[in-house]
Amino acid sequence: MSAPKGKSDSARAIGLEVSLAIAEAVKLAEAEVVAAYPITPQTHIVEHLSELVANGELTAEYVPVESEQSAMSACIGAAAAGARTFTSTSSQGLLLMAEMLYIASILRLPIVMAMVNRAISGPINIWNDHSDAMSVRDCGWIQVFAETGQEAVDLTIMSFRIAEDPGVLLPLIVNLDGFTLSHFIEPVILPEAAEVRRFLPPYETAHKLDIQNPLSLGALGGPEIYTEARRALDLALTGAKPRIQRVFDDFAKVFGRQYKLVETYRTEGAETILVTMGSISETAMTAVDEMREAGQKVGLVRLRLWRPFPVEEFRAAVAGAKNLAVIDRAMILGFPEGPVATEIRALLYHEKNRPHMTNFILGLGGRDVPRSHFKHIVERVRELGASGRQGRYELVGVLE
Amino acid sequence: MSAKTIVTTEALMKVGDLPLGLTVQPGSTVDFKTGDWRSALPVLDREKCSYCGFCYVYCPDGVYQDMGPEKYYKPDLDYCKGCGVCAHECPKKCIQMVIQEV
Ligand code: SF4
Ligand code: SF4
Repeated sequence: MSAPKGKSDSARAIGLEVSLAIAEAVKLAEAEVVAAYPITPQTHIVEHLSELVANGELTAEYVPVESEQSAMSACIGAAAAGARTFTSTSSQGLLLMAEMLYIASILRLPIVMAMVNRAISGPINIWNDHSDAMSVRDCGWIQVFAETGQEAVDLTIMSFRIAEDPGVLLPLIVNLDGFTLSHFIEPVILPEAAEVRRFLPPYETAHKLDIQNPLSLGALGGPEIYTEARRALDLALTGAKPRIQRVFDDFAKVFGRQYKLVETYRTEGAETILVTMGSISETAMTAVDEMREAGQKVGLVRLRLWRPFPVEEFRAAVAGAKNLAVIDRAMILGFPEGPVATEIRALLYHEKNRPHMTNFILGLGGRDVPRSHFKHIVERVRELGASGRQGRYELVGVLE
Repeated sequence: MSAKTIVTTEALMKVGDLPLGLTVQPGSTVDFKTGDWRSALPVLDREKCSYCGFCYVYCPDGVYQDMGPEKYYKPDLDYCKGCGVCAHECPKKCIQMVIQEV
């Protein structure tokens, strides 16, 4: 989690709204087709992209479709024709698009999408949490979560390289928190166009519709093939993990910013570890600093990669902790823990020395997450750990 | 596997043999014999047939073959799914849908 630091001398941070910075990153990636429908809080990304195309700054086909279902359908068509393709959505728009997400992954089309995370209605709510992302957890796309504006820009550029890797060929979602990240003005380094072009050459593929080499996409897969097809997709998604890290490493060589699948912050000797995803990790790190200064052995583990789940990296990151406080930004209605905690508990089930673990759900529908939340969580997870109680979510700051 | 009970499978292909993105080569539907969906079979009375070609035109699967000098049409039963459209459209009512016993 190092601060933005460019290798090249010309790289200078500028103050930019993160949404616009992502659109600029898509321009640097020279996307050839953008098909999108505006929805809060994603709107500024596609608005700016349409401007860039209209101004001739980005030579791309901008398809202003009439719905998100059509947006993803158009992206599938474009990617199937071999174009570098980008879209973006949020919440209700994602739900409208959902059925097509599953088609993009089984067809192995390397579409990149920025998902600007927003709560799913109802009640109607436009603010941030992760309930949209969690609703399509199993869509077969690679899914990453950005913490900062710089990371969102870098991940956008890397995403095309990862998705288009001939050994990967999968669509990819870059998650970023709506408003609390997307609408913030942050210092961002936009890489040099020539360097990006070297890092991310034009997309060339034989896996496309081609009149010289005809093939059909999207055929029926009956009971005699469906199981094998799902298994093949799972193997492709799981197998993408080392290649994702390799692209992160290559990026570091060129641009000087090193990313990992799982980040750790002050976890050396930590008895209690907070587990987070996305932009609240910034607040959590500040809280960790304050708790460390007060002599508490607290650290933070942040999942950057959500799908495929970085199983080994996560296990290594939390090894030795006595208490785990797993943060969720969404609920599983009708189940005692949130989606991230459920998975982590399942992963730890086989461990000999399992830490005590409690799930804390917070920041729903845009509710503010101050540092004090994390201090409360650390006290609480220790208390529950000492008493041996675990297994139900705690909703931080709920009034009942 | 050490379990005693053998698991049977109706799988058509191994996971590793599936083409990337499950693409399908052109012309390969010929191998997909949709005729086995059929529960009823069109049986044509050649004596009554006027060789008008309605069955040939209306069959949604295009399975009727023009028998030319024989002056009648014949369904390719590898692909006839037994929908009965031809029998319904035949102006001479000379196509009977006969239920097939399995
Ligand atoms: S029954 Fe249906 S599929 Fe078969 S020949 Fe007649 S119209 Fe064609
Ligand atoms: S529709 Fe009836 S009459 Fe006409 S060609 Fe076919 S079988 Fe003969």
